[in-house]
Amino acid sequence: MRKNLNRKQRGGNFKVFALVTVAFIVMQLLSSMGMLKSSVKGQLIPICVYIVLAVSLNLVVGVSGELSLGHAGFMGVGAFTGVVVASSIANVVSNDLVRLLIAMVIGGVMAGIAGGIIGIPVLRLRGDYLAIVTLAFGEILKNIIGNLYIGKDSHGLHFALNASGLVMEPDGSMILNGPMGTTGVEKIATFGVGFALIIVTLVVVLNLIHSKEGRAIMAIRDNRIAAESVGLNVFSFKIKAFVVSAFLAGMAGALYGLNYSAITATKFDFTTSINILVFVVLGGMGNIFGSVISATLLYMLPEMLRGLYDYRMIMYAIVLIVVMLFTWSPQAKNWVQAVSSGSVMRRVFGQKKEAEDE
Amino acid sequence: MKKVLSMALAAALMAATFAGCAGGNSDSNTIKLGTSGPLTGSNAVYGNAVKNGMEIAIEELNAKGGLQFEQNAQDDEADSEKAVNAYNTLKDWGMHIMAGPTTTGCANAVAPECAADNMFMLTPSASGPDVIKAGDSVFQVCFSDPNLGLAAADYFAAHFSDAVIGVIYDSSDLYSAGVYSTFETEAKAKGLNVVCVEAFTSANKSDLSTQVTKCQAAGADLVFMPFYATEAAQVLTYADKIGYKPTFFGCDGMDGILATEGFDPKLAEGLVLLTPFAADADDEKTQNFVKKYIEKFDTVPNQFAADAYDVAYAIYEACTEAGVTPDMSSEEVCEKMVEQFTSMSFDGLTGSGMTWDASGAVSKVPMAVVIQNGEYVSAD
Repeated sequence: MRKNLNRKQRGGNFKVFALVTVAFIVMQLLSSMGMLKSSVKGQLIPICVYIVLAVSLNLVVGVSGELSLGHAGFMGVGAFTGVVVASSIANVVSNDLVRLLIAMVIGGVMAGIAGGIIGIPVLRLRGDYLAIVTLAFGEILKNIIGNLYIGKDSHGLHFALNASGLVMEPDGSMILNGPMGTTGVEKIATFGVGFALIIVTLVVVLNLIHSKEGRAIMAIRDNRIAAESVGLNVFSFKIKAFVVSAFLAGMAGALYGLNYSAITATKFDFTTSINILVFVVLGGMGNIFGSVISATLLYMLPEMLRGLYDYRMIMYAIVLIVVMLFTWSPQAKNWVQAVSSGSVMRRVFGQKKEAEDE
Repeated sequence: MKKVLSMALAAALMAATFAGCAGGNSDSNTIKLGTSGPLTGSNAVYGNAVKNGMEIAIEELNAKGGLQFEQNAQDDEADSEKAVNAYNTLKDWGMHIMAGPTTTGCANAVAPECAADNMFMLTPSASGPDVIKAGDSVFQVCFSDPNLGLAAADYFAAHFSDAVIGVIYDSSDLYSAGVYSTFETEAKAKGLNVVCVEAFTSANKSDLSTQVTKCQAAGADLVFMPFYATEAAQVLTYADKIGYKPTFFGCDGMDGILATEGFDPKLAEGLVLLTPFAADADDEKTQNFVKKYIEKFDTVPNQFAADAYDVAYAIYEACTEAGVTPDMSSEEVCEKMVEQFTSMSFDGLTGSGMTWDASGAVSKVPMAVVIQNGEYVSAD
């Protein structure tokens, strides 16, 4: 499959992997030398999570061209599944890393199943309707989780839809407490696993985009009727992208859930979905490299603006607007392109070389 | 080659941004109190009340000339993820004591961090029962929800032992359900005569007439209502309409009922509240605090502000007693504070003779106030 890639694509892929790997190594080094501020250290794992969420949403929004506003719902399914799995196998699997990986895979599978169930009716819709229905399904997922009570005792797991319905042995303990969410979760998420998850996500998404399926998905995005006329099954390609995206979001959600001692379902509401969408839109629709950069910068921005106190969120909004205008203006775009293709660099370094020659 | 160079430059730039002296208290001579709460967004009223209440206390304490304090209030948007970020930022600032967070959800996420870092945490208002379970260094100034239910049952046993009791509560709300579940067990244990229990949920709370009518039919002469002012206003209005006049009894969530929109304050006459703080109380401490608060922030302080004021004073007393100095690390401060808090007794705005046990729960005598002529008057 790799042979089919043209040079430009391969260069683009290399850039993403190189950047992520370099950033990871730099952060690991700084961290091991004790040179990282605790505020930065605390942001590393959430940044990994949001990168994966942005990249996976980009698969649906940018590549497949469907506006989905329910991505946080899949993240939530993954998060709570991950926490429940990790808590219930705590006695069986003592290795934290193995437990984290199992929790993430099961979290991803559950979110993928949810994505499949939701995708079947939803992906038959188009445009605004699809956006509204995905938003509604995201909220439904959040509300289901918010009303679920899960406890664990010597007989195993117990599920109920209200607190009094949960009958447990005296040795039982609550894992998920309805609207209270989960508390006292053992934090087993690590930055290394976060990095690995980003790499896995990039491999999956980039390979999908550059494969036969990916070209079909993009053809459907660009001209549905033409794609149908050459015999592409529109629905099956769309749902493939949607389920893969939900699966990756679920894995990220599980990592997220196991990075905090307490999470509640209200976190996974449409505000979070919109936030992820903002990462995707600002990074560029269909631009995986852009999603990685924008998720990182936009997550760190409000934290870096803490010094501004009350004006923090206003500044954040202003920066968003400025970036949006900047990336849409043709002149600014040309300039960015010139910088990234190296022509500006060449000019600067070239002149310097000439000066040295003289 | 150029690519590699630019990549290396970018990496160097990133390193410069992220690196910095990790931790370490500077040579300043103040004790640093960190707090976090929703300073923006729909819950901003609570976070700002905590920030402002603590600010007033710290101004007063610094004017005394003894130990000097400094406050840093960070915005957590009532989001546990942001609360952990805020906590880490405060740690970088060199915080000695975490005097927050404001809300239970955030406190549930931050308390284990404090316990792991050996940071002393005293939350003014996070009343959830799980907060203090996180570790030995986590303490609460407010009643936890179950303790409030226990306090209510105790109060009934002492003052209304032969009353016929009806209960209305919101089964979908954590606070209300939390208070009721302990009240239920304690009422049984104390032999209180509870004749009817009616629940509603957030989905059907627009009309509470059925619940009130059922209490009337059961002949209850005392109605316990552990919920917020908005719903209480409905109950009182409907009860007045059907001429049902039992003693209505509420908890701290009902603080502010007299100012509820569209509610005739006359209907609240005779309402008894079990609350740690009432802005109209006539003791000198409260009046002094309320006056200063109104002068400075142009609004009447609520219970959150009073709790935060008490947090600062309790920390001051403990620090003075234990001989805490600003050059100590947060771990040393924590050890001394835990020792002090479990052995001291503190008089504040929200209760006198407050003591803490090793679990971090506060034990204070709840104040019952009754509304008379549109003002809160002590019921005892």
